Amino acid sequence: MSEKKDINILEHVLVPKHEILSPEEAVEVLRKLGVSPKNLPWISVDDPAAKAIGAKPGDIIRIIRKSPTAGVSVAYRYVVVDVSRKEASVE
Amino acid sequence: MYRIKSIKFGILSPDEIRKMSVTNIITSDVYDNDGAPVDGGVMDKRLGAIEPREVCPICGNTRDECPGHFGHIELAKPVIHAGFSKHILVYLKSTCRVCGRIKLPENERQQYLKLLKDLEDLNLKYLVKRLHEFIRKKASAQQTCPHCGAPQYKIKLDKPHTFYEEREEGLVKLTPAEVRSRLEKIPDDDVRLLGGDPKEARPEWMVLTVLPVPPRAVRPSILLETGIRSEDDLTHKLVDIIRVNNRLREHVETGAPNALIEDEWELLQYHVTTYFDNEAPGIPQAKHRTGKTLKGIAQRLKGKEGRFRGNLRGKRVDFSARTVISPDPNLSINEVGVPEAVAKILTVPEKVTPWNVEELRKLVLNGPDKWPGANYVIRPDGRKISLKFVDRKAVAESLAPGFIVERHLLDGDIVLFNRQPSLHRISVMAHVVRVLPYKTFRLNLLVCPPYNADFDGDEMNLHVPQSEEARAEARILMLVEKHILTPRYGGPIIGGLQDYISGAFLLTNKSTLLTKGEVIDLLSVAGYRGPLPEPAILKPAQYWTGKQVVSLFLPRDFNYKRNAKIASASALRCIDEDCPHDSIVIIKKGLLLEGVLDKATIGREEPENIIHWLIKEYGEDVARKFMDDVYKIFIRFSEMYGFTMSYYHLMIPPEARERIRNIIEEKKREVDRLIEEFKAGRLIPKPGKTVEETLEDEIIDLLSKRLLDEVADVITPYFTLANPVIVMARTGSRGNPINLTQMAAILGQQTVRGKRLTRGYLNRSLPHFKPGDLGPEARGFVARGFVNGLSPVEMFFHAAGGREGLIDTAVRTSQSGYMQRRLINALQDVRVDVDGTVKTTTGEIIQFKYGEDGVDPMKSDHGKAVNVDRVVQKVVGWRL
Repeated sequence: MSEKKDINILEHVLVPKHEILSPEEAVEVLRKLGVSPKNLPWISVDDPAAKAIGAKPGDIIRIIRKSPTAGVSVAYRYVVVDVSRKEASVE
Repeated sequence: MYRIKSIKFGILSPDEIRKMSVTNIITSDVYDNDGAPVDGGVMDKRLGAIEPREVCPICGNTRDECPGHFGHIELAKPVIHAGFSKHILVYLKSTCRVCGRIKLPENERQQYLKLLKDLEDLNLKYLVKRLHEFIRKKASAQQTCPHCGAPQYKIKLDKPHTFYEEREEGLVKLTPAEVRSRLEKIPDDDVRLLGGDPKEARPEWMVLTVLPVPPRAVRPSILLETGIRSEDDLTHKLVDIIRVNNRLREHVETGAPNALIEDEWELLQYHVTTYFDNEAPGIPQAKHRTGKTLKGIAQRLKGKEGRFRGNLRGKRVDFSARTVISPDPNLSINEVGVPEAVAKILTVPEKVTPWNVEELRKLVLNGPDKWPGANYVIRPDGRKISLKFVDRKAVAESLAPGFIVERHLLDGDIVLFNRQPSLHRISVMAHVVRVLPYKTFRLNLLVCPPYNADFDGDEMNLHVPQSEEARAEARILMLVEKHILTPRYGGPIIGGLQDYISGAFLLTNKSTLLTKGEVIDLLSVAGYRGPLPEPAILKPAQYWTGKQVVSLFLPRDFNYKRNAKIASASALRCIDEDCPHDSIVIIKKGLLLEGVLDKATIGREEPENIIHWLIKEYGEDVARKFMDDVYKIFIRFSEMYGFTMSYYHLMIPPEARERIRNIIEEKKREVDRLIEEFKAGRLIPKPGKTVEETLEDEIIDLLSKRLLDEVADVITPYFTLANPVIVMARTGSRGNPINLTQMAAILGQQTVRGKRLTRGYLNRSLPHFKPGDLGPEARGFVARGFVNGLSPVEMFFHAAGGREGLIDTAVRTSQSGYMQRRLINALQDVRVDVDGTVKTTTGEIIQFKYGEDGVDPMKSDHGKAVNVDRVVQKVVGWRL
């Protein structure tokens, strides 16, 4: 077996920029969108990109990617332990 | 207000079944000699009132109020509920056959119980599911019971309802009674570990000891004209079950031989299984005496015509009509022609006010049979009076504010018009009614594309909105003119097609000069009222151009420039405005200065055409008016001109035919050379292909594309814009240059699935050829065109090739239909919120900005929010 190389996936061209929001930023984003964190799309703590930036459950991640229609698009993700709970959260 | 917070599904326990039952059904007799339902039979009166004026002995209601009541059958021996056999298998496999406990050591069991509780408290649904699966797997792998040490055997399920145990002596059948007794022994906590809910669904309840009998209203009997009663399938099935059940009980009580009991027991199991699902795999379907398969409970719910898709999601509606459609170019695109016969049945409720009372009185007097009339009057006390059977004069007299008159459909009413398949929102649009004679719905030809309609027998549906709100929504949101631009791409979907385009081209052609009479004729078709422009030619006589006619209908400050469709042929293309071919369309200050109108400027599904900019800059009503008026002129001119084509328009001179023959001969020789090389083994295969494939590819390339291109080059000089066939092909109204080559000269190589025709007989396509012949003629090469006619063999090959297209269409429609259904089910609750985010009904965000750029495609220029070129064009005029 060959040694596993240390690869920073964030440097890969296909991986968009991920960043953890500070609590102040997070509050601001949620206020702007008018939603609670659970209504954001969810991302697992085990997601390779989330792991790479050291996100913890409860964090909100901002993803900035290139978009064919808008040039640059911004999305947010709520970091959770169990993504499958999404279905359960529907009230 | 009470709101449903959650729904829990469970299995009925025998106690619950008995508790909700009003009577034990004991006899297989249904009616006595007088035809009255037998007490204790499946049509027992206590199961609910279904006859008119019958009073229910249980709840005292008549059939409109009585909810129906369940009965029950006490089964002589338990039977498996086939719908649960998979779950039963899991329980049997994971628990001990002797002590009934889960096959896990006590410490592990405790550990998992605690883990399960923790996971449930944290609401980690996915992990809970994983844990259940893990426990099931681990427990069923155990060979001996960790609790009592009893040896365990493998359990097998023979679908749909038979269980076997693989003991040393061989396969042993487990009776439902044995199965049930094992399930009874499983402790509640072990049920929980395996993913069950002992409160709502104890495993032993999956083996039936009592069978609920549904109310009579669920399975009504029908009275045939002959006076014979015909019972519902479920009733038949229940009678079967009771008959076998009674026989089985008798056998058991009289101590009949075991084999006999087992046979009856098996039969009872069969009847119960088919009662639930008569399409269960592994058993023969239960049939009527006539040979028709009976409908089980599952069949009532399942599939396209089942309760869910057929009745709950697909309800039938009132105030609708359906008939054949036919074209009427004199209607506005906003209108629909409704037959008088239909207008007399469909009604609109209209409130009586002091302002309309006189009008409505007239309608009431006319009654239901004379259009325009009315069918019903609703009095302020809510009584509905049919005008068919009363003294209409008296009713009309009594009409006062507060009454509602259900009057006939009148000109100017708004209705919804629809053609299936309703694939997108423009499959349903609002039209304004025009009541016309005859029996078909009439629509303007320009609205065919959004509905994908033609007039080869198509039928369409019409719905009449009944409330003021619905009518307002229809008029403001759904009117045809609001949908000229489609949200599919940023451009108009409604626009000129076929004769409209040919007519526009001929009218705006440079060589078209119109006399005063002709101009007046054309303008009167559009209802033009106004002065004539100054004639383009004054001497020797006054003549107008077609461009002048069109210009009369353009807004005074409209600027436009675009290459015409005919400019796509290199011979007719121009570099700048100084264009001898008239293939650059220029409109300045509302005057069509140069260029012919064709598909590119007035055609359908053609973004950036004149209609597109008219809508965006002047509003859809202006654009609609333009279409209603000018497009009529196009057809009128086509009629005046006498546009037609004939056989002779496709003829080419003998010398051209000779040249084509030479080209064909040359290609055939090339093919022969290729075949010789192949036979000699000198052919070099292309990468990734065998030699045979390489040969076939080369031959197809030679005989279809390259040959047709060369032939097209030969014949094009003989076809000019003076030829109506070319007019149609070049302006984009119908056909293309390839069709022309195929008609005038040669069809070329026919293919099936991209290959030459090979199948049919052994090593040859038809018995006319030698086996193994690889030559062009033997493999579907058609060397003639439609003008010269095909030989019988060629005609056969052409039909074989043409069939592929038909099959593809048939396959595609069914596949895309299913895809459509799934997409709609997945996306129906997603919407764009006011802030531009895309959310589900529960408020979860799907997109942070619709389409990432927030652009509405319907209001965009094919996807882009702003079209800079057009902005410049609008400001500086046509010159860029």
